[in-house]
Amino acid sequence: MSDSHAIGETPLAVEHEARPELRHHFADEQQQRNAASLGMWWFLGTEIMFFGGMFCAYLVYRRIYFPEFAAASRSLDLIVGTLNTAVLICSSLTVAMAVRAAQMGKRKLQVQLLLATIFFGLVFLGVKGYEWSNKYKEHHIPTFHYNVVGGNGDLIKENSAFLGIDKVKNDPVKLAAREAEIQKHTQIFYSLYFALTGMHAIHMIIGVGIFSVITWMAWKGRFTPEYHTPLEIAGLYWHFVDIVWIYLFPLLYLIDRRPGA
Amino acid sequence: MATTAVLPERKNYINAEHGIRSWLFTTDHKRIALLYLLSITAFFFIGGFFALLVRLELLTPAGDLLLPDTYNKAFTMHGQVMVFFFLIPSIPAVLGNFLIPIMIGAKDLAFPRINLLSWYIYIAAGLLYLHCIFTGGVDTGWTFYTPYSSLFSNSRVIEAGLAIFISGFSSILTGLNFVVTVHRMRAPGMTWSRLPLFVWAHYATSIIMLLGTPVIAITLVLVVLERALNLGIFDASRGGDPVLFQHLFWFYSHPAVYIMILPSMGIVSEIVTCFSRKRVFGYNFVAMSSIAIAVIGFLVWAHHMFVAGISLYAALVFSFLSYLVAVPSAIKVFNWTATMYKGSISFSTPMLYALGFIGLFTIGGLTGLFLACLGVDVHVHDTYFVIAHFHYVMVGGAVLGYLGGMHFWWPKISGRMYPEGWGRVSAIIIFIGFNLTFFPQFVLGYMGMPRRYWDYSHMPEWQGLNVLSTAGASILAVGYLLPMVYFLWSLRYGKIADDNPWLATGLEWRTPSPPPTFNFDETPVVTWEAYEYDKMPLPEEVTLER
Repeated sequence: MSDSHAIGETPLAVEHEARPELRHHFADEQQQRNAASLGMWWFLGTEIMFFGGMFCAYLVYRRIYFPEFAAASRSLDLIVGTLNTAVLICSSLTVAMAVRAAQMGKRKLQVQLLLATIFFGLVFLGVKGYEWSNKYKEHHIPTFHYNVVGGNGDLIKENSAFLGIDKVKNDPVKLAAREAEIQKHTQIFYSLYFALTGMHAIHMIIGVGIFSVITWMAWKGRFTPEYHTPLEIAGLYWHFVDIVWIYLFPLLYLIDRRPGA
Repeated sequence: MATTAVLPERKNYINAEHGIRSWLFTTDHKRIALLYLLSITAFFFIGGFFALLVRLELLTPAGDLLLPDTYNKAFTMHGQVMVFFFLIPSIPAVLGNFLIPIMIGAKDLAFPRINLLSWYIYIAAGLLYLHCIFTGGVDTGWTFYTPYSSLFSNSRVIEAGLAIFISGFSSILTGLNFVVTVHRMRAPGMTWSRLPLFVWAHYATSIIMLLGTPVIAITLVLVVLERALNLGIFDASRGGDPVLFQHLFWFYSHPAVYIMILPSMGIVSEIVTCFSRKRVFGYNFVAMSSIAIAVIGFLVWAHHMFVAGISLYAALVFSFLSYLVAVPSAIKVFNWTATMYKGSISFSTPMLYALGFIGLFTIGGLTGLFLACLGVDVHVHDTYFVIAHFHYVMVGGAVLGYLGGMHFWWPKISGRMYPEGWGRVSAIIIFIGFNLTFFPQFVLGYMGMPRRYWDYSHMPEWQGLNVLSTAGASILAVGYLLPMVYFLWSLRYGKIADDNPWLATGLEWRTPSPPPTFNFDETPVVTWEAYEYDKMPLPEEVTLER
């Protein structure tokens, strides 16, 4: 979408002709870069509030249904989660290095690092898909044959003490009632787990899309040591999505691992 | 509109280019403002149509015009259309979009293409909501309370929720553009303490849009997921917490009220000082009270939930904070009054609207204090008292401010004057119609008439006041149609406007009417304070009257 203004008639056009990156309404490159960067920071602020709503719901329910949340949290795959965290941190590293490469004017290195970023991003999404498919097999996805009492994804056997099953196991009526509660309350955990990680994955997919464009721009040699704002701005976004995961990982996977709790 | 060339020899943003494509692909903030103007006006009349249905049904005690389900849909869609598709975008996306860059001496907003994108997102959301209306509508009340919305309602909740989710992004992008523009695009010499109060008000509004809207977005996503996938996040029968939904909903939807009223306050600050020919009284206080409203406004949401089973101690705190937010609002009213004191006041149309705003907003604000008071709130909760209160703020406040602003800047937007006599008539009709519509509702509410009821045949003595209210609503409708008619009329027959018809200060009056595409021929350098009316000449009619 190019500007529809009749730029050719104004003296601005002459002034701006030599600087193709500078858009017509900015006075200079400094102002343009500052505007773009402030815009992205504020946008990330809105993203914090966006995820914040879900984090808030998660913390509220974790407090109300602590045993169920702990049991469900332990069913998440710690090794795969850790691996994915490492992958994501690597991807942020390659983004930071790509920005540095742009500052030093190394085009080939930029492209390589950006491709590595996209690769790590796709690995993360692949691993996430693997995790989710396991959850499906364990019947841990709400509404899709959801079941945590008995069967593949039984949560009770390993956590029966603190889930309060041991206390009622001799009374079939109370036992059934407790099991029904566990079924419902763990479902809230998994609803929020999939909402949070799903929303994060959507952000990752958008990030991969953005970085495909950025890589193409870098390959075309559009970024110079003086001008690489799009790369920097996209990098901010990528780091943010990374940081969201840095909060999600302990909150969802690590927080209730304490043995015997 | 593209044909209203005013001065053929002078290029302005309207005649710079022609054809529908030049409008649909424009990145000029002024043209985008006009695109918004057309679309929000359409939604205003859709929302007004539903209001009319509600008022007609309540004309008689028996539920005889609409079916009960249809009535539920009518008030729901009235609320949702008016709040999400008219009031929230109204002043920011039309007048804010048009004026902020000009007022601070910039060529455009910081992100012109994102500005256009936000209009397209708004239109996409609007079309989805229209689809929802025409395929059966939604009946949850504008508040989407769970578990009714997520489990029991047999209406198009998912479409409505998604439409409002999408429209939220339009609002976020507009707010983002404003904040960055105010920070980064000010002309040389346009310091923060020289910013027009209109810009301050929009800056505060934008902060609310940025920090509040994402929360309602994710909340609606959760409701839609819950409904579509049958989850139990907000369903008490499955361990979910409906009150959590209310917290998340009001965390945005209370500050949203300030999204509607703050820009109007900005407009009133401009108009009052201009038509009093005096510097605004207490510039810093008026500016900072906007920020204070934005900040404190985020801390009062649970006063909507005093009877929802929140803890008494939480209720006490929220009650206190709700009283607190009245302080910056009162500062504004007192400062406007002090600005008028010993001013050379002229009662032009914008000033009539502004005075109407001050009176009606004061009533709306003071009755808000009744509702912030725990004991009184329990008595009038969910009655017509609440309806009257928030209509005094949103319609008496926000809409009157919007219309005042439209009249004030119409010469700048269109290059033509509206007919002054008709303008005053419209302001008076709206003021009378508004009070006739909503004042009886205070009384009805205090007598116990609940909101959202379709039939009050058990209390036929309420009919008299309801008839008054419905009669007022039809007067109000005439009042709203009038400006639309004479604004359109003025495009062809109106007197050609000067660059500065009101002899107002402010950069927007130092550029031609309508402004050129880049707003100014040369980037202005600001060397004066805002509102130096003591250094401006008096307009002719004021001099004559003396």
